[in-house]
Amino acid sequence: MFGYALRRVAMTVPVLLGVATLVFALIHLVPGDPAEAMLGESAPPADLADLRAKLGLDRPLMAQYRTYLTGLVAGNLGTSFRYNTPVSREIGSRLGRTAQLAVAAMLVAVVIALPLGVLGGLFRGSFIDHAATTLSLVGVSMPNFWLGPLLAIVFAVTLGWLPVSGTGSLAHLVLPAVTLGAALAAILARMTRATLIDELRELYVLAARARGLAKGRAVIVHALRNSLVPVVTIIGLQLGAVLTGTIITETIFAWPGVGRLLIQAISFRDYPLVQGCILFIAVTYVTMNLVVDLLYGWLDPRIRYQ
Amino acid sequence: MIRRAGITIVGLAIGAAIIGPWISPHDPISQDLPLRLATPSWSHPLGLDELGRDLLARLIAGARVSLFVGCAVVGISSIVGVLVGAIAGYLGGRTDAIVGRVMDVLLAFPGILLAIALVAVLGPSLRNVVLALVTIGWVGYARLVRGQVLKVRELDYVQAARALGAPVSRILMRHVIPSTFSAVSVQATLGMAGAIIAEASLSFLGLGVQPPTPSWGTMLDAGRAHLFDAPHLTIVPGAAIALLVLGFNFAGDALRDRLDTRLTTN
Repeated sequence: MFGYALRRVAMTVPVLLGVATLVFALIHLVPGDPAEAMLGESAPPADLADLRAKLGLDRPLMAQYRTYLTGLVAGNLGTSFRYNTPVSREIGSRLGRTAQLAVAAMLVAVVIALPLGVLGGLFRGSFIDHAATTLSLVGVSMPNFWLGPLLAIVFAVTLGWLPVSGTGSLAHLVLPAVTLGAALAAILARMTRATLIDELRELYVLAARARGLAKGRAVIVHALRNSLVPVVTIIGLQLGAVLTGTIITETIFAWPGVGRLLIQAISFRDYPLVQGCILFIAVTYVTMNLVVDLLYGWLDPRIRYQ
Repeated sequence: MIRRAGITIVGLAIGAAIIGPWISPHDPISQDLPLRLATPSWSHPLGLDELGRDLLARLIAGARVSLFVGCAVVGISSIVGVLVGAIAGYLGGRTDAIVGRVMDVLLAFPGILLAIALVAVLGPSLRNVVLALVTIGWVGYARLVRGQVLKVRELDYVQAARALGAPVSRILMRHVIPSTFSAVSVQATLGMAGAIIAEASLSFLGLGVQPPTPSWGTMLDAGRAHLFDAPHLTIVPGAAIALLVLGFNFAGDALRDRLDTRLTTN
């Protein structure tokens, strides 16, 4: 296991370096240069030179790249142009909100998906199954930037049960979490239904029933438990989608997380902050994939020896 | 039945995009301010938006943008991806290793995040949206084609062509690439759905098509300010996006069954 973990971590290092290089290269793609883009074309040359020096843009490209990489290793993402504070602090202060939203969305997905999938699997071909399948098809094909406003129209505007946007109470979290979790719920429900149907055909379920176990108990204790392995796999694979989904969901509901910070930084042309947010989200994504892979290696020894 | 519905939806959208300007009852950007936010009526079947523009006319014009972005992104990505994937897979060795590394980094990056980053630095416009989506889009085709080519290049007819002294370019163009077409066409149909969603997401975030050009994503974004007084501004363009995406997904599934390509899509 240790050897596998070491190999897998070693494979991630070049990818992380590539991601960091790509983000660095991106900022140098800005037409003109970031200083001009931030201050506007009519800015006095002295101000432009000043900002270039402050951002380090007047130095040779390789020197900038070296400073950037050494800064990254030390956790220094530069200084936000708009807030005049370290980028890492701006991200840090919003990180909790994004994590809260992502975890809530995954909880919502599991709470919706498991019962739907189990009902569909148990009563295959029945009305309940068709309703559950249709619901998950709708969930998959509905873009979150439409689902969010629709939920707001129904539950905030028409019924007045929940707040439209912002933070403050648990009620504020409901609509964003459902919006972000719906697509995942749809995928999980389909997966649960399919694997449960397969497991129910297995002999051990029949054996459990033959020993006199009630149907409900045979399903919950034996079949469902085994069918959860692929479901957990899908949750791991979808972590990245949930993470990037926060960008749009946070924008819809004015949820003060890292995704909304990124979109605001783009509209203010705060390039150090844009760079920091993108790098942060990408590195989190790569790291989460690494953790998920290591977990599989631990759960399923066959993976380690491939 | 449901798959035929998918092809019908796609056909209707293409029809609307082509003959739209002639059948459209109103001009998509002319304003009738006294009637702003009006609900559906006989003269304006889907109502009017926050600047008094006819929603049906804007929906038809928006179909052009969505389908244009879809076709441009899928067209360019598939050509680039097929060529890169075929060359890397056929030549192997160092070329394949370099292409593999580049693909690893691009796949490690969440696609929509890279697109947001590119449009953020290049500036929001239709051209830059296409450019950003192609940058992330070609990788999928390259990976698919590379896998297929690795299998095909060992087959007898390819070996025979090589033994006869055919140049690499001819072997690739005449023998290797055509064998990947059915898999690529399925991926391209499903890719249309992905590109349309991505364009709408970027436009929704204000990073895509700029006003006054109507795009379904920008229409949804504008509707957000009027959830209370004009919910139809949100319901109509969102339904159009969801239907068209569903249509392309069904059409892709139908094509896969017809061509029987054992393709795993993610």
